Amino acid sequence: MFGYLAQRLATGFVTLFGVALIVFLVMRVIPGDAAVMMSGAGSGVVSQEELQQVRHQLGIDRPLVVQFADWATHVGKLDFGTSLRTGSPVIEDISRRFPYTLEIVVLSMIIAVGLGVPAGVLSAWLAGTWIDRILQTITIVGLAAPSFWIGLLIILGLVFFFHWSAPLFWRPIWVDPLASLSQLFWPSVAVGLRQLALIARMTRSIMREVLGEDYIRTARAKGLSERRVVFRHALWNGALPIITLIGFEIAALFGSLIITESVFSVPGLGQYVVQSILDRDYPAAQGIVLILAAIVVLGNLAVDLLYGLLDPRTRVQGGRA
Amino acid sequence: MTELTSDTLAAYAGFQPAIAPPQPTRGARMVRLMLSQPLGTLGAIVLLIMVLAAIFAPYIAPYDPTAGDPGALYKPPSALYWLGTDAFGRDILSRLIFGARISLIVGFGASILGVVVGTAIGVTSGYFGGWYDSVAQRVMDAMLAFPMLLLALAMAAALGSSVHNVIIALAMPIVPRAARISRASTLVLKTTTFIEASRAIGCSNFRTIAQHILPNTFAPLLVIATAYLGLAIVQEAALDYLGAGIQEPQPSWGLMMSGSATSLALTAPWIVLFPGIAITLVVLASNLLGDAIRDVLDPKLQRTSL
Repeated sequence: MFGYLAQRLATGFVTLFGVALIVFLVMRVIPGDAAVMMSGAGSGVVSQEELQQVRHQLGIDRPLVVQFADWATHVGKLDFGTSLRTGSPVIEDISRRFPYTLEIVVLSMIIAVGLGVPAGVLSAWLAGTWIDRILQTITIVGLAAPSFWIGLLIILGLVFFFHWSAPLFWRPIWVDPLASLSQLFWPSVAVGLRQLALIARMTRSIMREVLGEDYIRTARAKGLSERRVVFRHALWNGALPIITLIGFEIAALFGSLIITESVFSVPGLGQYVVQSILDRDYPAAQGIVLILAAIVVLGNLAVDLLYGLLDPRTRVQGGRA
Repeated sequence: MTELTSDTLAAYAGFQPAIAPPQPTRGARMVRLMLSQPLGTLGAIVLLIMVLAAIFAPYIAPYDPTAGDPGALYKPPSALYWLGTDAFGRDILSRLIFGARISLIVGFGASILGVVVGTAIGVTSGYFGGWYDSVAQRVMDAMLAFPMLLLALAMAAALGSSVHNVIIALAMPIVPRAARISRASTLVLKTTTFIEASRAIGCSNFRTIAQHILPNTFAPLLVIATAYLGLAIVQEAALDYLGAGIQEPQPSWGLMMSGSATSLALTAPWIVLFPGIAITLVVLASNLLGDAIRDVLDPKLQRTSL
């Protein structure tokens, strides 16, 4: 187990190095370099010499290899440099914004799992009935609707019926838990709906398969209550693939998160990454993209390990099963 | 792989049977296939209508999609403007019809480009193996670590906004996913006897790959191409919405929604409503078609993560 873990961590590290390299190269290709953006050269009053001076200050006139090595060693010490836009260290910006994003992720997963799994079980148990058909229709449309449009529709509805307006101050959860939860509830719904639909559909197909197994017939033949058969025998055995799916969906969740935070102007990591990329604020963009990718890599690793823990059959001796 | 029907057997033997056994015609088989996949057929029909609307946009759109009428700002849906007008007095329906062009070109373009490039990488790395395979796999792993929209956003910002750059940006996240699947099927094919036979009779690597491996990876690749069609359309709209994709005054579905929803809610909610319905409809259609293609070609294939 330990050898396997070490090997997986090593691969994960190599992957992250590749991510860092891609991020670095892509951010350097972006037209209109940071020096031009910063000195407002668009107006035409800044001379080439002054521009060169700003580039020198930023250290972006050095060879790319030197710049990358420099950046990589600093990242090793969790120093992502200073944001060109906010002027504060990137790591401070990120840690200030992280709680909002974490809260949305947790809330939306609670919504998606809490409603998706029961909906899927119900749908599988009542397969072929009109309840199943309605649930199937809702989920397939839910999968097709873009999450930012759902977010926009929620805003339309909130404004129309409740004269809602975007909060001027977003409350961190430790300051005012209730206000924070109510502020982030609707963004979380917008993020979670897609995942809800996906989890419901997956749960349905997994449960249908499990409910067709022989041991379910045996359990019914023993005279167990239907509730016990469905929840104790079937769901318990279907839980493993469902958990795997939920784990891998965390990465997909970031996609919806990035754009939904922009829709609701939540001051989280998603909005930060979009603004950094669009404003060519490359210290910030490099740092935050690397961190998001690291979360995805570690998340996938965690799912793999959890799988081994939950299903003894896939446990590995020394190597990959 | 042709089916061994009595017709083909007869063709091999070089004679026509005196009395041909009743065979369903191609049309009849098509109808039977479509009846067995009613939802997929519905999806295909909706997509076809969208494609036709996009092609013949100048003939069916009631107004010019970019020219606004200053006297008709924020008009609600009416007999004159079926789906209302936007902040510049432009007809929403006409913009939706012309917007279908961008959406479909980018969607098809990105999913085809992504799958083609990904397949080229996946098949060659699976076939040749060695250090090339290791390097390719690490690069694909790194690309998979990015959330899809994030990779597309960074690429779109790097390349600048034009239709073909947006296609490249959206194809990027599809490449590693297509590469992984085609590599896996190549590894399986490599162990089969017909590949061994093709090598034994002296086929070049290129010929083996082009003639024997690629045709056999076609089914799963068609499935992921249709699965990513819908996703590429949604992400194109997302890029436009964020301002990293197609620019005004071009009629793009994502761009049409990018006003402030808070202020539009009371004045002109239809501006936000209709483009989203159009996206949902086209994505739903392509998902239904994709599911049907998957069921027909390979019932065992897992649903690609959408």
